[in-house]
Formats: sequence, structure tokens, C-alpha cells
Amino acid sequence: MEISFRDLLTVLHGMGFGALFMLAFSGAIAELYRMTAPGGPSVPTPREHRLLMMYLGAMVVLAWATVFSGAYIVYPWYRAVPPAGLADLSSYPKSLLMSSRDTSGWHSLGMEWKEHVAWLAPISITMVAYVFGKYGPALARLRQIRHAVLAFTVVAFIATGVAGAFGAFLNKYAPVRGGTAIHLMTGE
Amino acid sequence: MNASQTPSTSQRAADVGQDRETIAPEKTAGAQLAEQSGNAETITNGPAAAAILAAGIGCFAIGLFALAGDASPAVASFFTFYKPTGALSGVTTSAIVVWLLSWFALSRQWGTKSVALGWVILVSSVLLALSLMLTFPPFMDLLQGK
Repeated sequence: MEISFRDLLTVLHGMGFGALFMLAFSGAIAELYRMTAPGGPSVPTPREHRLLMMYLGAMVVLAWATVFSGAYIVYPWYRAVPPAGLADLSSYPKSLLMSSRDTSGWHSLGMEWKEHVAWLAPISITMVAYVFGKYGPALARLRQIRHAVLAFTVVAFIATGVAGAFGAFLNKYAPVRGGTAIHLMTGE
Repeated sequence: MNASQTPSTSQRAADVGQDRETIAPEKTAGAQLAEQSGNAETITNGPAAAAILAAGIGCFAIGLFALAGDASPAVASFFTFYKPTGALSGVTTSAIVVWLLSWFALSRQWGTKSVALGWVILVSSVLLALSLMLTFPPFMDLLQGK
């Protein structure tokens, strides 16, 4: 069982950082709402608040790790320009997609959207973590701020969903491959 | 941008009043946490307003710079800070700088006081919505008449 170096880093970007970040949204949205909704069923203790801060802090790290690894590690491999006249474009995902009208939309819509919208997520979630860290459950008394924080969280979730979904499809139709083969295990 | 100059004095007073609420003598865990973060009797909304508006500005900058880079080869070339990544490197780096600078400036302005939140939230929401639209390629193409 082998995996190429580029495959491994693409998996780290998409699954290790991106998917984990997206999975964390359900918990974050539920906890942010529960802890700050007026008349909520429970008043969070300082320990619960610290735990949520650690959770949001981890989300911030994952969000920035996702966009930076995507933009500066995976994207250059994706958009590399093939030598003139090369017939086999399998190592050049962007060119491979653009070579057919049946697949060019994956780049012109999918990648063009994904590469920009994804950056809304780390900016938004950093703000959310800061505001929650600053005010904590006292946000229940600040209705407008609470609504804004939740709105930015939802937009970050949507942006991550768009980027993640198109990332998965792009990697299906034109995977980023190449580099040293890493031997994981020997098959039967 | 000075929030104290926004719409009307009465409106501002109403907005601020809503967000400068006195914490009851029997303090909740939230109130205690609020005190730990430097708040005694009232909750100052300035730091949150600065962070929210700066986030809106940063997100909008992503969309605006992306549109500019898409519309003009010269701008795309300017934004190519790191050649393997292309214009995306400059678009995002510049937007992050705009976001952090605006956050810093707004925090200095509003860090220790309460501001009228209504317009801050409205502007932030509009900027966030615009950023979503501006990063959507068909909308970009529409704006450029493609």
C-alpha cells in the first residue's frame, strides 16, 4: 500500500485540517447557542467556558492550517503549467480539467469559488473565538453581538462546506498526484 | 469611523443602553467571567464591535481583491506575491493585512467604550453578504460583463 507525497499532503489539507474543522462546527454552533441563549437551561461554569475556548482555539488553528496548506502547498501543484505539447496531463490537474468542456467547470466554478470563499472561514472563526473569549456567557446579555457571532459562525460553516465539497470533487476528477511514493504496508 | 457620530443621539443611547446592562448582585458564572475580562458593573461592547466590523471588512476585502484580480491582469500581476500560488497569494495576504489593521484601529478607537451597535452589525452583515457574493464566480463574471 503506497501513497504519493503530494497525495499525502492533499489528504492532510482536506481531511486532516479541513474536514476536522468542518466537523467541529456542529459542536461549536450548538455550544455557542446553548451557552449564550438567554434563559438557557444551564449557566456554564468557568470550566465549561474554558473548554469551549480550547475548542474554538483548536478550530481557529485548524481553519488557518487548512487555508494556508491549501494555498501554499496543494494549490501550486494543482495549477502547475505543463510543458508545451505534453499529451498526458494527469500530473497537471488544472490543465487536465480545462482540456475538456465536460470538466472545465470544475475549475472555473469549483476551484475559482473555493480558493477565495474558504478564507472567509478563518477570519470569521477567529473573530468568534475572540468575542467569546472576551465576553463568555455574558454574551447572553448582548443580543446583537450574539446574533452577529452566530451569523459569522454560520457563514464560516457555509464557506467551509463549499470549499470542502468542491475540494472533494476536484480531487476526484483531477487528483493532485506525484512526488516520492511512500510505502505504508505490504499487501497480501 | 466614530460610532458616537452615528444616526441620532437618542438611537445611540437606546442601542448602547441595551448593551450596557447592569449585572445583578447575585452574579452568574458569565458575569464573573465578564468581570475577569475587565468588566465590573457594565459590559463594554466596543471590543466586540471592533472585532465584528473588522471581520466584515476583512471578508469583504477578500471578495473585492479577488474581483479586482480577476478583472485586471495588471492587478493580478500586482497580487502575485508568491509565483507558484499566483494572484491568490496577494489577494489573501492583502485582505488579512486589511483585516488586522482595521481590527487594530477600531480596537484603539472603541476598546474601552460602548458604541451604537445597530449600524456596526448592519454594516458588518452587508460586508459579509457582499463578500459571499463577490467570491462567487458567476457574480464576478456578471459584474465584469462577461
